[in-house]
Amino acid sequence: MIRTETSGAADTKLDLSTVIAGVTFKNPIVMASGTFGFGREYAKFYDVNELGGISGKGLTLNPKAGNPGVRVYETPSGMLNSVGLENPGIHAFLKKEGAYWESLDTARIVNLGGNTFEDYVTGAELIQQDADRRAEHGTKAVDMIELNISCPNVKEGGIAFGIRTCDARELVRAVRGATSLPLSVKLSPNAEDIADMAAMCQEEGADAVSLINTISGMKIDVRRRRSVFNNLYAGLSGPAIKPVALRMVHQVAKRVSIPVIGMGGIASATDIVEFIMAGAAVVQVGTYNFMNMRAGRDLLTGLRQFMIEENISSLDEIRGII
Amino acid sequence: MGTVISNEQLADNVYHLRVGGDYSGEMGQFYMLRAWDNYPVLSRPLSIHQVGEDSIDFLYHVVGEGTELFAKLTPGDPIQLEGPFGSGFPKVEGRIALVGGGIGIAPLMYCARELPGCDVFLGYSREPFATEQFRPYADKLTVDVGGLILDSVDFKAYDHVFVCGPHPMLKAAQHKAAAAQSEGSRVNVYLSLENRMACGIGACLVCSVSCKDGQRKACADGPVFLAEEVVFHD
Repeated sequence: MIRTETSGAADTKLDLSTVIAGVTFKNPIVMASGTFGFGREYAKFYDVNELGGISGKGLTLNPKAGNPGVRVYETPSGMLNSVGLENPGIHAFLKKEGAYWESLDTARIVNLGGNTFEDYVTGAELIQQDADRRAEHGTKAVDMIELNISCPNVKEGGIAFGIRTCDARELVRAVRGATSLPLSVKLSPNAEDIADMAAMCQEEGADAVSLINTISGMKIDVRRRRSVFNNLYAGLSGPAIKPVALRMVHQVAKRVSIPVIGMGGIASATDIVEFIMAGAAVVQVGTYNFMNMRAGRDLLTGLRQFMIEENISSLDEIRGII
Repeated sequence: MGTVISNEQLADNVYHLRVGGDYSGEMGQFYMLRAWDNYPVLSRPLSIHQVGEDSIDFLYHVVGEGTELFAKLTPGDPIQLEGPFGSGFPKVEGRIALVGGGIGIAPLMYCARELPGCDVFLGYSREPFATEQFRPYADKLTVDVGGLILDSVDFKAYDHVFVCGPHPMLKAAQHKAAAAQSEGSRVNVYLSLENRMACGIGACLVCSVSCKDGQRKACADGPVFLAEEVVFHD
């Protein structure tokens, strides 16, 4: 519960909190994987504990060097990225960042990627084992796993699982069986039918779905007569994709009963409100972190202000009203 | 938020931007700048050219939409700056050469002021710019237009060489460093890498640099690296 002073009025109680699978998000602003490191970098600019949550840099079982060549290219109102899941691997993350994540007072989400079916399952098992060990000492570093079956920038795994519902089902089922931690499945807008995909995740026991990941896109260097990216295609994010993301969140929220974690191009408090009205339980903010290093703090301030202006005391009043 | 004091064109598509305010920074560090709201999406990393008592200077080359907007700035315009970021050139002693290519001369001005008495080598493909700024601080100033400035530098004659310029120049400097070291020189060669960046603070891994000990971040671990650490892929 957050108290906000309003001029000429008594304290206004604003309830921005949401609970997903037992995990409390003190507000709906979660930082999206791949744009926020593991939280340390932005902690120099504001108190990241003010956030509803953090989804860490996508992790794979083993360290990954990511893609060579150009990794980012700007587009109108957006950007293409081809980072290719560069990450230190799950072991190194747990060793180097576990204590820091234990200290955080915000929902902590591990984004789990993989090259193969076995990578994903073993990765989930490792995270579960670590959670069990910490639980013995009364501590906790991870609140939720976000299963990334939608990264467009890795040749194996990633989006290969995220296009066809039938391909993803076995993976979601196996990862669900490997961990008792709350599980959200991050979906691709490139899926054949994203609502079907979300419904499958619900059937297989996922606690939530996250959407949308980046949209597969391309940029051609016409003078060099080649794609600027070594992998030809890259993932489009930023305000350019917001209308698509909003529509998909709305479609999925209408289809499933599990919470929807919405994301795609959010760059203002009213963008957040749109996603909540479309049915999102919480939202994730990605590219906007690159536009404003204090994005989380500023969006939270803006969201509170909007609620006061619109006389909204709880986000539940507007969630899914469209 | 800063305020533009001046934005002077020095050469074709090259500008000298001065922003008022109290700014800090070390040699080779950079700031993330934006002179727009949400579009373009990304801020632009510019290395520190000089830090004054009540101002900070940048040199930039107009290459795209963001720098085109910078070029339109006039005195009094607001501009957002975040920084300083990155790990810059080390404070060293001995015989020092500063070698810049094109807009790569930008961070070397600060080095020249901090390390007076060094030799400065500036290379340009066409029109030279900002050369006279270096003259008061340089023991020897060499300017080359249309050639390869590295050809003018005897790496074995120095204890430290700082290099900033286009990718092929950095790669060539790495070769020259290795050649000098193989002949018994103990020269330390530092390269300032100009990679594309998104966050500027080490969170997004867009600017990743392949190094002998693994992947590192140009924005947070660099942009300055020892030449022998970097693995060039092309």
